[in-house]
Amino acid sequence: MNSMPISAPLLEVKGVTLQYKTREHLVTATYRVSFDVHPSDRFVLLGPSGCGKSTLLKAVGGYMAPTEGTLKLKGQVIRKPGADRCMVFQEFDQLLPWKTVKKNVMFGLESSGTLRGKAAEERAMQYIEKVNLTKFTDAYPHTLSGGMKQRVAIARAMAMEPDILLMDEPFAALDALTRRKMQDELLQLWDDTKFTVLFVTHSIPEAVLLGNRILMLSPHPGQVKAELNSDGTDPVDRTGKKLSDTIHDMLFAEQVEEMAAPGQIPMPVRNRLPAAPANVAPSRIEPPIAGGPLT
Amino acid sequence: MNDIPTIKTPAVHNYRPEFVQQGELTKEFGVVEKPLTIFERLYNNGGLRKLAILLIIGAIWETYARHLNNPLLVPTLTDTLAAFWEAIAEGVLPGRVATSVRLLLQGYGIGLLLAFVFTTLAITTRLGNDLLELLTSMFNPLPAIALLPLALIWFGLGDKSIIFVVIHSVLWAVALNTHSGFRSVSNTMRMVGRNYGLGGLGLVFKVLIPAAFPSILTGLKIGWAFAWRTLIAAELVYGAASGKGGLGWFIYESKNQLEIPSVFAGLFAVILIGLFIENVVFRFIEARTVRRWGMQT
Repeated sequence: MNSMPISAPLLEVKGVTLQYKTREHLVTATYRVSFDVHPSDRFVLLGPSGCGKSTLLKAVGGYMAPTEGTLKLKGQVIRKPGADRCMVFQEFDQLLPWKTVKKNVMFGLESSGTLRGKAAEERAMQYIEKVNLTKFTDAYPHTLSGGMKQRVAIARAMAMEPDILLMDEPFAALDALTRRKMQDELLQLWDDTKFTVLFVTHSIPEAVLLGNRILMLSPHPGQVKAELNSDGTDPVDRTGKKLSDTIHDMLFAEQVEEMAAPGQIPMPVRNRLPAAPANVAPSRIEPPIAGGPLT
Repeated sequence: MNDIPTIKTPAVHNYRPEFVQQGELTKEFGVVEKPLTIFERLYNNGGLRKLAILLIIGAIWETYARHLNNPLLVPTLTDTLAAFWEAIAEGVLPGRVATSVRLLLQGYGIGLLLAFVFTTLAITTRLGNDLLELLTSMFNPLPAIALLPLALIWFGLGDKSIIFVVIHSVLWAVALNTHSGFRSVSNTMRMVGRNYGLGGLGLVFKVLIPAAFPSILTGLKIGWAFAWRTLIAAELVYGAASGKGGLGWFIYESKNQLEIPSVFAGLFAVILIGLFIENVVFRFIEARTVRRWGMQT
């Protein structure tokens, strides 16, 4: 790990500025963002709402062109959407309601011409099994729970065996327990196949748990603030500070005064909290559930 | 704020003892699940309820007609049914129905095809969108039948004129609904389609049409109802110049010969066909598509 030569990056994002127009404004979503994603990375884009992380993911997906900078996958400039980068969205309506689970997973394979007929079916079944949905092969999406829908979407994207998996807050619409379970399942899947994933989230615990590399973006417009390593255990650094707390303090460095605003826990209360061992310290303003939103 | 009182209460606020149920839970709640009575189940059937209402209306009609005793104004239900069976037995009515349905299907088919072309243009190009919006806003409020005089001048007395007005009645209703259906397809779903290499017609056929199917089906239903009304009206207006007339002509002819029960029988046929298409054909399509997909409850 320490002196091993680093592999060539799979995805290179260089000085990317993204702008889009609403009806009245020209919005700069990100400004000169650069990062590299290497094979088998679990690369997390982390930041509060408005840091352009989703827009960045859309640009990698090929849905929008950068106004400045380049995005390259395997050395090729990304110009349009393609099946070498498969997206998993937050919304449940990413599944096609008129297709069963199996047909949904096959949809990607057949539409892109990757596999047809029997071969597509076999591949689909293989990945449906990976996400533990074999019992629901012939069910229509509206009969599935939110977590199951997301697993179908993940199976559909993974069945394509893409160069990189793009996940746009895929677990954000799930309840806390399901979310926790899905995070573990995703890590298990990764242990299985070591796929490369670019994962967008606004939850610090989720980023720390899932990522091996975390890119932190500041809001309005999104700029790179830091890039940190994570081993999923939320380790304590030399000063006794947990990684999640370090990230939290960095992201909120300028906003400390605002924290006493209505609706948040006011500072004096926090100061009165009793001293406790580091591992059970009440974690700042985050809700007690795993994966609570940051904003 | 700073004067924290010395601790007097236990660490846990509002302390209450915990408990766990021991042994079996009670079984005294009666039924968990039992079948409904036969009457309850029959009453839950919408078709049966409507049939009952229909029978009551029929009874009122029969009573009133007998009381009025004027077959030229209101023939009895039994006379109407007799005339209906007679017209069917003689083969007059089936022939008329066949003519009407043939014209309807031709007009409906061409109308759908045009609607498809217009809406596809409208979602792929901005000018196409403007064109469709302009045309639908102009022609949708225009009753198709109002075009019949023009159609007669352009196409002469014949099937072509009728098909022209039927097309007009179908096209705008279907195009309007299909277009709004296409536009309401979520961006996520389009992005999924594009992710897997779909674009242009591929995206239209594999994502947009099925995703917008609830709206399209509504358009098809409205278009069908418009077409059927327009067709009967057009046939009433200029009858049967091209040899065999349709249902509208049957009604018109019967009126001229003062065969009022046959007029009612003709109307009866119009209603029956309407009910059949609405409750059998469209219900079947609905059950196999949008309901199965959970896109409509």
